[in-house]
Amino acid sequence: MTIVTAVGGVLARVEPQRGDGDPAWLAEARRAALGWVGEHGFPTSKDEDWKYTGLGPILAVPFEAATAGSGRLVSPDEIDEIAVDLGGPRLVFVNGHFAAELSRLTGLPDGAEVTNLASVLAAGPERLEPFFSHTPGEHHAFAAFNDVLAEDGAFVHLTAGTSVDEPIQFVFFSNTSGFELMSSPRSVILAEAGSRATIVETYAGIDGDVYCTNAVTEAVLGDGARIEHYKVQDEPVTSFHLALLDVRQGRNSRFSSRSVMLGASIARHEVRVLFEDVGAEVSLDGVYLPQGEQLHDNTIFVDHAAADCTSHQLYKGVLDGRGHGVFNGHIMVRPGADGTDANQNNKNLILSDRAEVDTRPRLEIYTDDVKCTHGAAVGQLDEEALLYLRARGLPLEEARGLLIYAFVHEMVDRIELEPLRTQLEALVAARFADGDHPVEP
Amino acid sequence: MMLKIEELHANIEDKEILRGVNLELNAGEVHAIMGPNGSGKSTLASVLIGREGYEVSGSVTYEGQDLLALSPEDRAAAGVFLAFQHPVEIPGVGNMYFMRTALNSLRRQRGQEELDPVDFLALAQERMTLVEMDQSFMNRSVNEGFSGGEKKRNEILQMAILEPKLAILDETDSGLDIDALRVVANGVNALRSEGRAMLVITHHQRLLDYIVPDRVHVMAAGQIVRSGDKDLAVELEEHGYADQGRPTPVGVTR
Repeated sequence: MTIVTAVGGVLARVEPQRGDGDPAWLAEARRAALGWVGEHGFPTSKDEDWKYTGLGPILAVPFEAATAGSGRLVSPDEIDEIAVDLGGPRLVFVNGHFAAELSRLTGLPDGAEVTNLASVLAAGPERLEPFFSHTPGEHHAFAAFNDVLAEDGAFVHLTAGTSVDEPIQFVFFSNTSGFELMSSPRSVILAEAGSRATIVETYAGIDGDVYCTNAVTEAVLGDGARIEHYKVQDEPVTSFHLALLDVRQGRNSRFSSRSVMLGASIARHEVRVLFEDVGAEVSLDGVYLPQGEQLHDNTIFVDHAAADCTSHQLYKGVLDGRGHGVFNGHIMVRPGADGTDANQNNKNLILSDRAEVDTRPRLEIYTDDVKCTHGAAVGQLDEEALLYLRARGLPLEEARGLLIYAFVHEMVDRIELEPLRTQLEALVAARFADGDHPVEP
Repeated sequence: MMLKIEELHANIEDKEILRGVNLELNAGEVHAIMGPNGSGKSTLASVLIGREGYEVSGSVTYEGQDLLALSPEDRAAAGVFLAFQHPVEIPGVGNMYFMRTALNSLRRQRGQEELDPVDFLALAQERMTLVEMDQSFMNRSVNEGFSGGEKKRNEILQMAILEPKLAILDETDSGLDIDALRVVANGVNALRSEGRAMLVITHHQRLLDYIVPDRVHVMAAGQIVRSGDKDLAVELEEHGYADQGRPTPVGVTR
């Protein structure tokens, strides 16, 4: 299939659904985004940021846009199983659309608004205008498609000084009943000066369903705001997952993102961070564990556009089977961004000679007074450590499982939410343990 | 007899390192193997626990079984233990968890019930006193950031917890100051028993002041060239290894 027909095919399917009830600015933004895709097409391997992530398998599926109510009924138990209940507010989406009966929006302090995007669009859509007004230069086709198709998602607004103690959960569950659906959740986190919250996004679905999640989450942090963001991507291997986390940070704000990638056939987790003012900090961590035929792509862009900001990245991958990992990390230090402290590190453990990892840490520096480091490592299991464990009586498979677990443990250990950490420890351990005696954390 | 090594040869990349080792070891005995660097002492230890990469011939019979046919974990389950010359650091795996997993793995393979964390902790605390280690070691990653002496004590602690029948100590004294050496030796001595045999590999006679062996073997160029009682170690300390490669002439007493 050529790019032109792929774009044409997707456009033909999505275009008729647009327009009804959108305010003029939104209709215009959607038209512009669609026009951009029509003009630029989908990214190809010639595109720097998509060099190792082929989109052919996604474009070959005639996805239709998921509409509200397109999933069968989902039970609260199903949700609890995929996303451990953290006790705080919980927004549940099925195929990208809000499921009020599965959600819980109680227990919020004054100054914290947690709702779904469609409600905001219905009640006061002008608040959303800043989030749909990217310049086309920042687009890539999937982010643009999210602009075109997004109808719902999570919406969190914290007024100045508001602190939410309980983690706020977004659960994106797909159940497409055999239909080939593309869901396009769009979430917005608006944290005004001095506010604080923890956000946990979980993506999952039903094994065997062929669908595509094309999610965009935008976080805007005011001066001194602090947001901790977690993401668990555990979609079935029959699905595709494309996501953009777009972060803009004000003066002295702090953002952290911890991502665990387990599922999907092709998964891409893209994080873009823009330091808009001085003294801000970001910490981005991720684990990716492709096996079988999975491809896991982490693409990171940190834009040091202001002075005295700090960014840390640590991504670790374990690649098994024919699994393919991509780390594409780009740090930009703009002229005038003196006092920048930036580092990025990518470590990979390859378990199979058919697995592949492409790692590309990049620094682009246009000022002198900076402290920047980057590194990438690709290795295999330490034979000496394996022998040590076996000589103490651990069977080979168990010894391997323990060493793999130890490699990723550092990342899981950084998860400060205890119930979430316990859930992920179990998920990760189960993935590498032999059947009879799972490796305990 | 617990261990019988006959005409053991080991090559690595066409280089012959063991050139016909013969050794017999009974339960309850402690034998020392001494010899200069490169004489094959550590290779012997490696071959006995099943390190890969060697081309091995000859035979090793352990409690009536062909030891060379077993995987490293099966040798461990059968009661063979090596205190490593260079204990491996394993970041991310807690020392306590590691030892409990190892013990339970052995117990499982022997058809014994596994110990839960509480029972294991009690056992570990009791054994830690043998090597004067405190709880803080157990809460760290395996050997990570341990000093040389701490690593060696950690090896002896594992031996105390896993209770092997045949313990091989590979250069356990290397890099230890006199206090650490005393602690390690005391731990080893406390573990001497009628049912347990030990093979103590060392470069220095010093260790054998603390761990007094029943027999001393001298290894040179891949063979055991002399054997004797503990006084042989003293003699070696005085005269060195220089002339140990040559066969002893008949009628000469050294």
